[in-house]
Amino acid sequence: MEDFTKKSEESSSSNWWNWATASLAGLLSLPILVVLGYLFTPAGEIWSHLVETVLADYVSNSLLLMFGVAIGSLLLGVGTAWLASMCSFPGRGIFEWMLLLPLAIPAYIIAYTYTGMLDFSGPVQSTIRDITGWGYGEYWFPEIRSLWGAALMLSLVLYPYVYLLTRAAFLNQSLCVLDVSRTLGNGPWRTFFTVALPLARPSIVAGLSLALMETLADYGTVQYFGVSTFTTGIFRTWYGLDNAAAAAQLSAMLLLFVFTLILLERNSRKKSRYHNTSQRHQSISRIPLKGWQSVGAITYCGAAVLFGFLLPASQLGIWATTVSEESIDGAFIDLISNSLLLGGVSALLALLLALFLSYGQRLHNKPIVKFSVRLSGMGYAVPGTVIAVGVIIPFAWLDNSFDSWMRAQFDVSTGLILSGTLFVLIFAYLVRFLAVSLQTVEAGLGRIKPSMDEAARSLGYKPNEVLRFVHLPMLKGSLLTAFLLVFVDVLKELPATLILRPFNFNTLAVRAYELAADERLADAAPASLAIVATGILPVILLSYSITKSRKTK
Amino acid sequence: MPIQLDVKNVSVAYDGVAVVTGINFTLDVGQIGCLLGPSGCGKTSLLRAIAGFEPLASGEIHLHGKQVSSVGATTPPEKRRIGMVFQDFALFPHLSVSENISFGMRLMDKKQTASRVEELLDLMELRAFRHQHPHELSGGQQQRVALARAMGPKPEILLLDEPFSSMDAELREHLARDIRLVLKKDGVTAILVTHDQFEAFAMADEIGVVGEGQLRQWNNAYELYHRPADTMVSAFIGMGVMVSGQVIENGQIALSMGEIVKPAPENCEVGCMVSVLLRPDDLIHDDDSQLTFKIEDRAFRGAEFLYTLKTPDGEKVLCMVQSHHNHQIGEKIGVRLDVQHLTSFPMSDCSECQLTNCQSHQS
Repeated sequence: MEDFTKKSEESSSSNWWNWATASLAGLLSLPILVVLGYLFTPAGEIWSHLVETVLADYVSNSLLLMFGVAIGSLLLGVGTAWLASMCSFPGRGIFEWMLLLPLAIPAYIIAYTYTGMLDFSGPVQSTIRDITGWGYGEYWFPEIRSLWGAALMLSLVLYPYVYLLTRAAFLNQSLCVLDVSRTLGNGPWRTFFTVALPLARPSIVAGLSLALMETLADYGTVQYFGVSTFTTGIFRTWYGLDNAAAAAQLSAMLLLFVFTLILLERNSRKKSRYHNTSQRHQSISRIPLKGWQSVGAITYCGAAVLFGFLLPASQLGIWATTVSEESIDGAFIDLISNSLLLGGVSALLALLLALFLSYGQRLHNKPIVKFSVRLSGMGYAVPGTVIAVGVIIPFAWLDNSFDSWMRAQFDVSTGLILSGTLFVLIFAYLVRFLAVSLQTVEAGLGRIKPSMDEAARSLGYKPNEVLRFVHLPMLKGSLLTAFLLVFVDVLKELPATLILRPFNFNTLAVRAYELAADERLADAAPASLAIVATGILPVILLSYSITKSRKTK
Repeated sequence: MPIQLDVKNVSVAYDGVAVVTGINFTLDVGQIGCLLGPSGCGKTSLLRAIAGFEPLASGEIHLHGKQVSSVGATTPPEKRRIGMVFQDFALFPHLSVSENISFGMRLMDKKQTASRVEELLDLMELRAFRHQHPHELSGGQQQRVALARAMGPKPEILLLDEPFSSMDAELREHLARDIRLVLKKDGVTAILVTHDQFEAFAMADEIGVVGEGQLRQWNNAYELYHRPADTMVSAFIGMGVMVSGQVIENGQIALSMGEIVKPAPENCEVGCMVSVLLRPDDLIHDDDSQLTFKIEDRAFRGAEFLYTLKTPDGEKVLCMVQSHHNHQIGEKIGVRLDVQHLTSFPMSDCSECQLTNCQSHQS
């Protein structure tokens, strides 16, 4: 009788998980809830001033930017996905993973790199003047620092989202439907437009929504190019007008845009699941391209890789070598260690939380646990600026209340305990990036069949021992991936870091941005290059999983 | 023999909906039992309740004299000393064959573990593969590893959940017999869940037929085939058809096809309508017989033909005939009845009749 587990004990363990996951979810969704709460607070004077003057600009610029990025990333993403997955031409295998490389470059870095290249004194215009003998003002050259320039920059680094999802969709549908279409007398190109493209549409839309979410979240590019959007508006209202409420209200409006995109993405993903009619996809018979077709394909894919990665990366490399001696000093080492510290700690915490949440969900698949897990992962779509505003408001309130209480009681001023420290910054990173590691860990756990747990239980292992002896060894790969993804995301993150970092605390991203904003483009290059180099890590992971999935086919 | 597993009046429910109800049976030490039934009948839920993965809605389960499950109290699986073989084997991919086998023996000392692993490697003929990982093994080898892993810590009872379902049909019966030998050699008490009656026949001492959440009959293979407890069991086990008849005097039944058979179900009055089970081997082809039926359909089975015959009043019966009797569809052939054990059930409109032949285990 002694080893009897009473039902009440079981349900108390279940209760514990319910409470723990629910409070974690509550904490992590607090910033978003705070921001959304401002939708219902009465609008102040500054808000009505904003509405009269700049709000229309913010909305129209954000919409135009999204429109431009949509066109750009579709043009670059869908065509390359079709060529790299379904056609055969020289170099296809290399392009398949190289097309992902632009993901490694944050949009603000590519933006100032191109600015440097295309400026009046940059290499492109200088060459034009040398050849033609024209002088200043005697020729027209497109202005890169404009809304359409920003859209182009964002498209160049965001099209891989469309490419990735579309490519997967093409590969999934490959065998059955495409062959059926061919047997019904449709040529390969007709098949592309009448079967493959419509079938891939949900995935294309899902990829596009991700790219557009990143567009809405972008701060560095639009700020650098002087385009007024929501994110720059939030910054200006926060620092320039010093008005938290109005900034939060702008953030809340931005969130409504984001939620529309989330709904679009969710909906499309659901559909794309139903659209896969066949589980097995054997080796694809790729369409061989003839001579000039191959040249076209190579030019198309090559242009995407060249302009999205090779060109800006080389420019950064050139700049970095010209300034390497003076700029790589003790301060630069500090930047690197600060970034590594932030990225490492945040990635580790995100990993632990993700493991905790997804294992809780596996053990107790109750609606409340499931809902909490979904809620905790909500931040992935929320722009860093919005999260920063949502984090700072409650923590500043907490700090101030504690400070005034301490002053009243003990006549001691505690200052800002939480909101001026790395604590809030790491918390903001967790809110923003937990979803990344959560998704990876969940997917990894999902691949472990429940019968594994049961087999271990039947062999005398308690649930926590099952986690240690069965799940963790099997999850090694997923855990490493989750850690790396969050680490790199934190390293690249700009707006939340700008707002929340402690005084005099710099990271690679912040420093690169500041130097570029001061027009010291070459000086910004070493930090940028470090970010791009780390950014290549997840690209390698992605292309590794691509080659692996090809091998198992 | 002492009782090893005692299942008393057990019901299992998901979200308040009962999947199995009122299950009773016992297994003696060293006996191999089987829960046999169509998919979705609740047999797997019952097995999972015995393992401790599902709580009970009513009843009790005793393992080796100790109560392990009752309403509101479930000893967790890891404290039951059970071994389980899963449908997908669930081998740990990160462990080698011998590490998989020793996984459940961590409480034994090193020397004991090593010798038990050696013993099982020999028993399952896995010695050559001990350092390989599961993905390098064939399906049959994986299954032997799963079995060895489950038997490793010498469990009180071994539970096998459709262990052959991923095997080729030809392999199954052969494997079932092999595994029976291994289990008997080790003296293991085991219970098997399957939907395949030939697997059950090949492996089990006692078989429980589960249908629509109830245990219909608990008996050995021979009795299940020849004395099915109800129409569900008779339809599920073996081949056969039900034909109608009427009880006449002296406990005899007049079949509507014209023949007279006996005995009628107990307590059935003269005039009662009954259903009679006719197996294909109950009907003998005889060219001299007066009784001739038209061939509706035929299936060649190598050694014999299985003819589907139509009686004059439209009932269909099956008849197994040696395969050199090659008749065409539409021909009439002579048959006679040769029933060794007659199985008959009163029809529903004969309410006062009792079920006959109920070989319930309570008796």
